[in-house]
Amino acid sequence: MQLDMKTVAIEPKRKTFDHLRERFGDKQPSRYQEATYDMQVEENIHYKPTWDPEQDLYDKTLSEIRMEDWYDLKDPRQYYYSTYTLARARQQEAMESNFKFAESRGLIGLMSDSVRAQAIELLLPLRHVNWSANLNNTFVCGYGYGTAFTQPCMFHAVDNLGLAQYLSRLGLLLGGKQSLADAKESWVSDPKWQPLRRYCEDSMVVRDPVKLFFIQNVCLDGLLYPIVFDGIVDGRFASEGGTAIGLLTQFANDWHVESRKWIDSVVKTMAKESEANQKVLSQWFDEWSDRAVSAILPVADIVLGEDTDNVVQQGMDSLRARMKKAGLSIGGEG
Amino acid sequence: MSKVFICFQANEEARPIVEAIEQDNPNAVIDYQPSMVKIDAEGRLDIKRATIEELIGRDYDLQEMQVNLITLAGNVHEDEDVFSLVRQH
Repeated sequence: MQLDMKTVAIEPKRKTFDHLRERFGDKQPSRYQEATYDMQVEENIHYKPTWDPEQDLYDKTLSEIRMEDWYDLKDPRQYYYSTYTLARARQQEAMESNFKFAESRGLIGLMSDSVRAQAIELLLPLRHVNWSANLNNTFVCGYGYGTAFTQPCMFHAVDNLGLAQYLSRLGLLLGGKQSLADAKESWVSDPKWQPLRRYCEDSMVVRDPVKLFFIQNVCLDGLLYPIVFDGIVDGRFASEGGTAIGLLTQFANDWHVESRKWIDSVVKTMAKESEANQKVLSQWFDEWSDRAVSAILPVADIVLGEDTDNVVQQGMDSLRARMKKAGLSIGGEG
Repeated sequence: MSKVFICFQANEEARPIVEAIEQDNPNAVIDYQPSMVKIDAEGRLDIKRATIEELIGRDYDLQEMQVNLITLAGNVHEDEDVFSLVRQH
């Protein structure tokens, strides 16, 4: 007797969930689409939240920005839990081997005392900036509308904790436990840090989730990271024999470049949606980026001295160009 | 002209590749089989890095494709940006 094995292809009746079919047609969806679209509850919410009866549980009117469909604000990196954790785990491994390399070769000891002192003075208080960025992005996740927009904000918040941890480890290597305590002291009392601290604390009381997203992730981080990690760490420190610091803060650079794609795409989509949105965003930019510049100037001055104005100006020009490309109408060059 | 074809495992990693092929090759015929996707085309099939990168939102190396590749037919022309299957006669 002979047996023939045969495969039978059974066409499924539907390839995906109804809500995805409505958006993308009846085809195999990506995992990102499954884990993102229409995840947030929109109907059958019976009561106003007890902690704030003025607002809905998920409330579109908390922001000045209006969107026809908040799920237009998708993340080009397509991060959902699995892709996000896998990507960060890979980066974490790379950072671990960077730290191991720096420790086993004694790279920290090879640095000159002046570079080491400057690195401690400049980089360690930035841990506290990460903390406010963490709080702010968590707030955006909590009060924003639509999973496509809020989900990556939570990832962004956790990334900020990671960034702060890398800075702490760097601090322990450079100057031991005392250096972290000193950094906290400069953060709360050194006049150089007060404008930046003020910016962070003022941002923490902004209640409009999109505005908060914008003034934290665009106006502040969009300026701070290129200036500190591109300009100072990879520029100034590297040329003075402090390449090891660039090695140990590599994640900050990579992370900024990567998350910029997402932030730009969110801003671009919002600005494209309507003229009113575009106007509001441009106005936020004018108000807050000037504040960010004056907050960063005294901090950059710790290392850059007379070059400060130049480097900060460059940073500002490229941020302007970035936002113009995203569709904002803002004054100035770039 | 003869046909070229390429087969991928039907999984999450291959999905954007298939989608990119669909976008870039209007003449491609896509056949979803159990756990496999077979793509036929008359004469030529291009897999473009830029299109895949746009779909997945990160940098992509076309050689990553090999992990989910089952089989192919046609002459391979490959560089960093395009992986082409060609049959001229």
